Amino acid sequence: MQTFRGGVHPPQSKYTKDKPVEKARLPKKVVIPLHQHAGCQAEPVVSAGDMVKTGQKIGESKAFISANVHSSITGRIESIKKGVSPIMRDGWCVNIEGDGTDEWFGSKETADVGKFSPEEIRQKIKDAGIVGLGGAGFPTHVKLCPPCDKKIDTVIINGSECEPYLTCDYRLMIEKSNEILEGLEIIKKAVGAEYGYIAVEDNKPDAAEKIKSVLKNKNDKVIVLKTKYPQGAEKQLIKAVLNREVPSCKLPLDAGVVVDNAGTAVAVRNAVLENIPLIERVITVCGSGISTGKNLLVRIGTSFRDVLEECGGLKKDVWKVIMGGPMMGLSQFSLDIPVIKGTSGILAMTLDERPVLQERNCIRCGRCIGVCPMSLMPNMLGLYSSRFMLEDGFKYNPQDCIECGSCAYVCPAKIPLVQLIRFIKGKKLEQMRKCKI
Amino acid sequence: MEVKNNNSEAIEHKLDVSVSPHIKDKATVQKVMLDVIIALIPAGFSGIYFFGIRSIYVILTCVIMSVISEWIMQIIMGVEVTVDDLSAVVTGILLAYCLPPSVPLWVAGIGAVTAIALVKNLFGGLGYNIFNPALAARAILVASWPVAMTLYIAPKMGSISLLDGIDGITSATPLTLIKESYNYLADTTNLDPEKIVQMKRNILDLGNKDLWLNLFTGVKGGSLGETSNLALLSGGCYLLIKKIIDWRVPVTFIGTVLIFSLVLGRNPVFNILSGGLFLGAFFMATDYVTSPVTPVGRLIFGVCCGLFVVLIRFYGGYPEGVCYSILIMNMLVPAIDKFTIPKTFGY
Repeated sequence: MQTFRGGVHPPQSKYTKDKPVEKARLPKKVVIPLHQHAGCQAEPVVSAGDMVKTGQKIGESKAFISANVHSSITGRIESIKKGVSPIMRDGWCVNIEGDGTDEWFGSKETADVGKFSPEEIRQKIKDAGIVGLGGAGFPTHVKLCPPCDKKIDTVIINGSECEPYLTCDYRLMIEKSNEILEGLEIIKKAVGAEYGYIAVEDNKPDAAEKIKSVLKNKNDKVIVLKTKYPQGAEKQLIKAVLNREVPSCKLPLDAGVVVDNAGTAVAVRNAVLENIPLIERVITVCGSGISTGKNLLVRIGTSFRDVLEECGGLKKDVWKVIMGGPMMGLSQFSLDIPVIKGTSGILAMTLDERPVLQERNCIRCGRCIGVCPMSLMPNMLGLYSSRFMLEDGFKYNPQDCIECGSCAYVCPAKIPLVQLIRFIKGKKLEQMRKCKI
Repeated sequence: MEVKNNNSEAIEHKLDVSVSPHIKDKATVQKVMLDVIIALIPAGFSGIYFFGIRSIYVILTCVIMSVISEWIMQIIMGVEVTVDDLSAVVTGILLAYCLPPSVPLWVAGIGAVTAIALVKNLFGGLGYNIFNPALAARAILVASWPVAMTLYIAPKMGSISLLDGIDGITSATPLTLIKESYNYLADTTNLDPEKIVQMKRNILDLGNKDLWLNLFTGVKGGSLGETSNLALLSGGCYLLIKKIIDWRVPVTFIGTVLIFSLVLGRNPVFNILSGGLFLGAFFMATDYVTSPVTPVGRLIFGVCCGLFVVLIRFYGGYPEGVCYSILIMNMLVPAIDKFTIPKTFGY
């Protein structure tokens, strides 16, 4: 079976696998950060006191790498002030008090893909403010306009969902397989790609079967991959599916590939064919600290507290609340954090799930080297980083670390390798930027 | 709803905010060491079975002295006391296994203190020592008390008596016997025809299947825990299955000895089954701290260890070369690691 080198096998814990996606209650108020994506913050185009409708643009992208932001409910803008977002960047947030009517802004029209040119598709995606729904939140329209000297021949829909607990992409593949394929065709058209692949891990055979059964295009294929973390990392996915290596510090388009998450494909389809901006997404609410795990279709800007309450609230001995999966997600300090476009899940872990954290000396077991999907030497990077021996550590290519956490996961000495490598990686990137200028 | 609200408010102040990954593998240093100890148990039993109850005293002396000296050293050096990681226990057991069963207990005790205090803790403790503590201590003991360290007793199965002392019949180890035979035959001034026939028979006997079986099960003279290849192999397999050790080092180590014995016209099966090769290949050369971390480095390390064993055994002054081959290679580990950095993805 196709796969990549390295990786780990954390317990899958996909408890919400069989829970169909439910529509969450309409939130009474939402907090919508204007900075939910990679790149620059969107500029607000509304002001406090304005009335907005569902789907109305409230933030506009001015820079090249940026995305529009839309209101997810109908109501009055209470204020635009600094607030915290789950990605720990504090930035401007639009607070909207809902009136409960959920009136749509503009009209929802349906169209056919054939009608649009690649330019129009990109424009529609840009208008809808679509970013990658996998977590990193890279604006999709930017991804879909490769430089003219780069020929894109393949589009991969990432349905591997290698993070434990998360099941939102799995549910989408089961419930919205047609929409995913339509999204794939649109993305293919936008970048002029010939082949389309849907990559699914072998722990979701029914999802793979479901998509196979609705496949129409001969150039599209479902690829079943070995279940392994981080199978869903872009570079690893391309290696596994096409056996192409994305060069260091380059993008998938340098390997002739565009990778988009299954959820993103659905969002693209909705934006292009039905003019629906990205105002809601499917998230998995799960973990031992939650009474009933669910897959919920949630409006962007709903607070974690509201989402968790809809799932029966937190149990007493909750230790951590995480946005995203347990391997790469971000632990949160408050429940008044809004769901953003990149929120793939909310996990609540209880005290008994807390891992042993007592740090010991590195015993040079070499496990981190064995599992590193980028073939780095995390032990050396960690050592040099902790000793502040940056020049020595730079030789070990810290800039290529994808921060997947596999090394820290397997380390028997419980050394916080991701933290240490992140530090030296930052320093190296700083140096590289200086050299370029 | 109200109650739930209060509940989440209360929780919120206790939420832990820390870096990903939020789940970790269950493996800890302690569990890894415990697995090594479990893998070493069969060899210990074989030692007790073949050399009597005295073996237990030797093992206990080494383990207890190791743990105590680790504890005292860490207090003296003002570092965190980490005796509970069981690495000192492993060192103690390994040291006991490469000592002759008849070794005086005070020599064993000094060996344990040397291993932990000198070779391990003075270099910075677990993870920082250059040499394998057990092997380095053994080398120091051989240099300091050569007679006590080379006095091997013949195995006497199952005679377990608490009063069992050093009353065993001393005997040469298979490797000593062969070394002497080759040395005798190489010296043309020896003309005693009877002795020459005897020595030639010694060498020819190596093809004997019964001898191979004895060598494999451990019915031979030798160090306490190294004689039974069967016990060591089962322990080694346990470590391989549990993924504690990498196959690269033991396979290349034993494979190199096998191939070079064949190439140099010596009996390959005899050479891999005698001496401490299995103990060295599965438990000493795979010591995390003193072996390379990179996959390619481990291959190089194993091959070079095997090469040195062959060189020392066939052309050196000692009948056995496992201990010194690993110690020599330990010195080269930083260099091997430096020259075998894996190719990063995307280069």
